Amino acid sequence: MVNQTHPTHEPARLELDHVSAGYNGALILDDVSFQVAHGGQLAVVGPNGAGKSTLFKLLVGLLPVRSGQVRIHGKPLGLHQDCVAYMPQREEVDWRFPVTVADVVMMGRFGKQGWLRRASRYDHEIVMHSLEQMGLTDFAGRAISELSGGQQQRVFLARALAQEPHILLMDEPFTGVDIATQETTLALLDELRSRQVTVMVSTHDLNMAAQRFEQVLLINHRLIAIGEPREVFRSENLRAAFSGQVLFLPETEGGAIVIDQCCPGDDHNHVHTHTHQHPLNAQDHIHPTTDPTAER
Amino acid sequence: MLEWLLSPLSYTFMQRGLLAALMVGVLCSIIGCYVVLRSMAFLGDAMAHAILPGVAVAYLFQGNLTIGALVAAILVALGIGLFTREGTIKEDTAIGILFAGALSLGVALISTIRTSGTDLTHIMFGNVLSVSPQDLWITAGLGLLVLVVVGLCYRPFMIISFDPVLAATLRLPAELLRNLMLVLLAVTIVVSMQTVGVGLAAAMLITPAATAYLLTRRLAAMMLISAGLGALSSLIGLYLSYYANIASGAAIVLVATALFILVFAFRRRL
Repeated sequence: MVNQTHPTHEPARLELDHVSAGYNGALILDDVSFQVAHGGQLAVVGPNGAGKSTLFKLLVGLLPVRSGQVRIHGKPLGLHQDCVAYMPQREEVDWRFPVTVADVVMMGRFGKQGWLRRASRYDHEIVMHSLEQMGLTDFAGRAISELSGGQQQRVFLARALAQEPHILLMDEPFTGVDIATQETTLALLDELRSRQVTVMVSTHDLNMAAQRFEQVLLINHRLIAIGEPREVFRSENLRAAFSGQVLFLPETEGGAIVIDQCCPGDDHNHVHTHTHQHPLNAQDHIHPTTDPTAER
Repeated sequence: MLEWLLSPLSYTFMQRGLLAALMVGVLCSIIGCYVVLRSMAFLGDAMAHAILPGVAVAYLFQGNLTIGALVAAILVALGIGLFTREGTIKEDTAIGILFAGALSLGVALISTIRTSGTDLTHIMFGNVLSVSPQDLWITAGLGLLVLVVVGLCYRPFMIISFDPVLAATLRLPAELLRNLMLVLLAVTIVVSMQTVGVGLAAAMLITPAATAYLLTRRLAAMMLISAGLGALSSLIGLYLSYYANIASGAAIVLVATALFILVFAFRRRL
């Protein structure tokens, strides 16, 4: 990659150009185009099955692009082997596999090591440093099967850090984890911003998306909106994305409740409120038990 | 006591048998770790039976039984890969089809051989006491080859087994690695045909590795412990076979099973 004197002239780090993709007959992503700049942090939101995970799988090369093009650093996907890291949802991994926490994080170094070279001192240093950053130093020699869900997620984050990626994709890092892990994850986002790592996070938590991210991508198969949260979370956009799952409240002048059923395996509904006039105000989660409107 | 241990070894066929059994015990137990961790137990069993037609054809044309078995095993492994490509048919279904078809073909071919009785028993349950020096060399050569490949691919195999998504992110050739693993499994089963037979090869693949899994939480340690347990089972099993006059393959598998039950009952994680 050629260094350029004016960073503004550099091609966007991640660029999707009329991208469509899907499984077998079903089209999950339909003509999606957007770009994310160097060091940008983007929250990806949308209802269940909207294509959030599909988008991530496409970017790491797990799913072929059906039409259109994905470019990273201005070059087509696949030419940059090591620069995209992906933090999967915890269900996607066999947690009974006999490996230690340090083993898992070291796996992230494989892309930089190649097949025959053994782990160098730098590899070990970066593994220890990543573990330390995720508060896992004491767990390095522990079997992964002995960890709690939040700790398992932090192992994944440590591994993603050890990959030294340019782009980090996190699939639902805030779902079903303890507060400590949420805090560590958020602190990590700040750290990654200072390191100019481009981050995409899929989440069901619209408040989190509105408060912690400068950019939000709203998708439901098609791209509905991308931009600052206050521009994206407008009632017409929410209606387009969540359709039947939005309850518009006339008395709050444009306020809306999005009743968003979370990912499969998560048995409680996540309910979020938003008024497009004050999208950045902290809104309380309305839980089905406390809000009669959600108990339909 | 010493005499009790040494007297069987005064026969050359016992020396060769013991060497072959030890090598196969170690080899099966190491490859078995992948079989256990990747839930390929059914595949291992199926592949063991699927080499029967290869052995029968080799026997009919008076070729080398090991080479016939190897060809059949690799054909079956590639056939499973072909049927399941892009999710056309689920893997266990494809295995079931090929397993039954190949086994039937093997039995059909063997039933045309007039003097089939004893040979079929040997193929199914092994006859460690008929190991020739040539067999020993083939076992050693193929076994070494398998172990070298496992050593070279230790980390990629671990990554595709633990986290296929990471493997894709790192652009590992997952398809190639999976097929390579199937070929290694095929070679291992063929090599074990003579000592434990196709009927019991799956047991040697699964039981020591499963026992080791109970004792450790690291892959390398699991492989070493498994290899040790496999060798121990072969050693004790062969003596048991000699003194109790029972089929060698059955004796070896019985010892491995007993070790598993013991460890399961009194396990303390190392």
